[in-house]
Amino acid sequence: MTSAPPSLQQLPVDRAPGSVNGQALPRSVGARAEAWKRRLPLMPALIYVIIVTQAPFAVTLWYSFRRWNLLIPGSNKFAGLQEYRAAFDDPAFRQAAVRTVEMTASAVILAMLMGTGMALLVNRKFFGRGVVRTLLITPFLIMPVATDLLFKTTIYDPVFGFLDYVLKPFGVGQVNWLGTHAIGSIVVVLVWEWAPFMMLIVLAGLQGEDLEALEAAHVDGATTIKTFVYITLPNIKRYMELGVLLGSIFIVQTFGEVFTMTAGGPGTSTTNLPYYLYEQVFNNFTVGVGAAAGIIVLILTEIVASFALRLLSGLLVASAGAG
Amino acid sequence: MAATTVALTPARASRRWGHQNAWGYFWSFIAWVLAIFLFFPVFWMVLTSFKTEGAAYTYPPRFIFHPTLSEYASVFSGVQSFTKPFEHSIFVTLFSTALVLILAIPAAYSLSINPVKKWRNVLFFFLTTKMLPYVAAVIPIFIVAKDLHLLNNEWSLVILYTSMNLPLAIWMIRSFLVEVPKGLLEAARIDGAGLWVEITRVIMPITLPGIAATALICSIFAWNEFFFAQSLTTTNPTMSVFLVSSIQSEGLYWAHLAAASTVASLPVILAGWIAQKQLVRGLSFGALK
Repeated sequence: MTSAPPSLQQLPVDRAPGSVNGQALPRSVGARAEAWKRRLPLMPALIYVIIVTQAPFAVTLWYSFRRWNLLIPGSNKFAGLQEYRAAFDDPAFRQAAVRTVEMTASAVILAMLMGTGMALLVNRKFFGRGVVRTLLITPFLIMPVATDLLFKTTIYDPVFGFLDYVLKPFGVGQVNWLGTHAIGSIVVVLVWEWAPFMMLIVLAGLQGEDLEALEAAHVDGATTIKTFVYITLPNIKRYMELGVLLGSIFIVQTFGEVFTMTAGGPGTSTTNLPYYLYEQVFNNFTVGVGAAAGIIVLILTEIVASFALRLLSGLLVASAGAG
Repeated sequence: MAATTVALTPARASRRWGHQNAWGYFWSFIAWVLAIFLFFPVFWMVLTSFKTEGAAYTYPPRFIFHPTLSEYASVFSGVQSFTKPFEHSIFVTLFSTALVLILAIPAAYSLSINPVKKWRNVLFFFLTTKMLPYVAAVIPIFIVAKDLHLLNNEWSLVILYTSMNLPLAIWMIRSFLVEVPKGLLEAARIDGAGLWVEITRVIMPITLPGIAATALICSIFAWNEFFFAQSLTTTNPTMSVFLVSSIQSEGLYWAHLAAASTVASLPVILAGWIAQKQLVRGLSFGALK
């Protein structure tokens, strides 16, 4: 490498992501210009996201201090914290919060367990592997509301549904699945939709596996279970954590399943937070309560998210250390 | 090292290509059973779509019947034709995905190859926006759009889908940019390559498959999205909203629902089947770098 002056000055700064060398530079005009040059490509996306995702929340915060029913003209008045109290006092809101946690946690965990199993099964070479993988990812590709409507009708229907037909030999009679086992039925659909997504993520982890280490274990006579626990699992653990995080982000927003399959019912038994908020604004037209509840959800989400991100931050550090 | 590799080759070959032992056959069998079990609802959807309504409602469910295309014909004709919503969904999906890429690629560049100081915080900020409750954000958008008569405007969905997919796209594209060998970039710079040459000649060829995978995943999420579309459109719906509204207003005719669902899902199914490897690659997050 020749000692070309410009590259000597630039290279240490440009070398690696997260390099702290940039900070060591004297705060000259050149350094400031350089910093802006770096920031420039980031700006459009950053500004876009702030305007589209953060600005509405500022407006929502404003709405949350007002009593406002869209159907009652002139009802838009300042109400202080009244709407927050209304939201907190609403048992349906608290119940919706509990339902959201239940539905998200059970769907994410089951989808991850199933997705990991599916990934392990198709990571081996066998007859028809490509076809099996194709069949397994398909549920993720079906439009979710189509899935929801089809499960509601052709699978769960108490008279003509396929599930009762299959279970009849086992003594299960005409069960109204969405009436009596509403949450379970929705979770089954969510798992069916999201297990392939988990499979794809875990599969990506498995494909980065060190074949030499596996062979060494095989030659040394390690059992399949030991090989899995000591070699495969540590390798895919980060991918499983990532899958759980991404899955939670998507599944906590579950709306279509509830909207199309149960409309929050029977009663309010399957009303999760997204559906509760939707009903407040789009059915009851009580903007103030909806906004206040939305802000509460936002704060709770931020608390959970900060823990989740700490986990993810660990993932990034771990991989940076490995690379 | 070379000797070890040679010695291991037969064992590896047996693991990768064949299963002489009973367990191998057992797990392959399980894989097939699971695949058929999980695929069954899709198979049943396609089968039902070729039935008449009378054949769709039977007990026990019928596997053998006279197939008909009449439900597919009705999906694309009459007042409840899917043609308009289909075009509408294509428009929203294409434009939002294009906008995502235009915004995400430079941003990802600023967070990887030529990183800003607090790139880690910025990256996490993007992800937190994905965790916000969509409903709380949609309240003011709904009210403002209603007052400005912008409900049913397809651009409002393009804008929202872009912000919905942008965080994941930035994460994914960043992970592919990190994979670009540093030496290659340094060599290009020493040769006096400008930014444009660096991007088009060095970065793009290496990351193009990853960017394609990102575009595919963003398209899937945009095509399938229901909540924003349901909240912000009434007379000019996308496929997902139209599917739900037309089916529910018609009183849940199963064969019609099955045909409509097959049509609504087909573009994504085909794209996903063709680009399976890309999907895995896209979700590998560049081996989590």
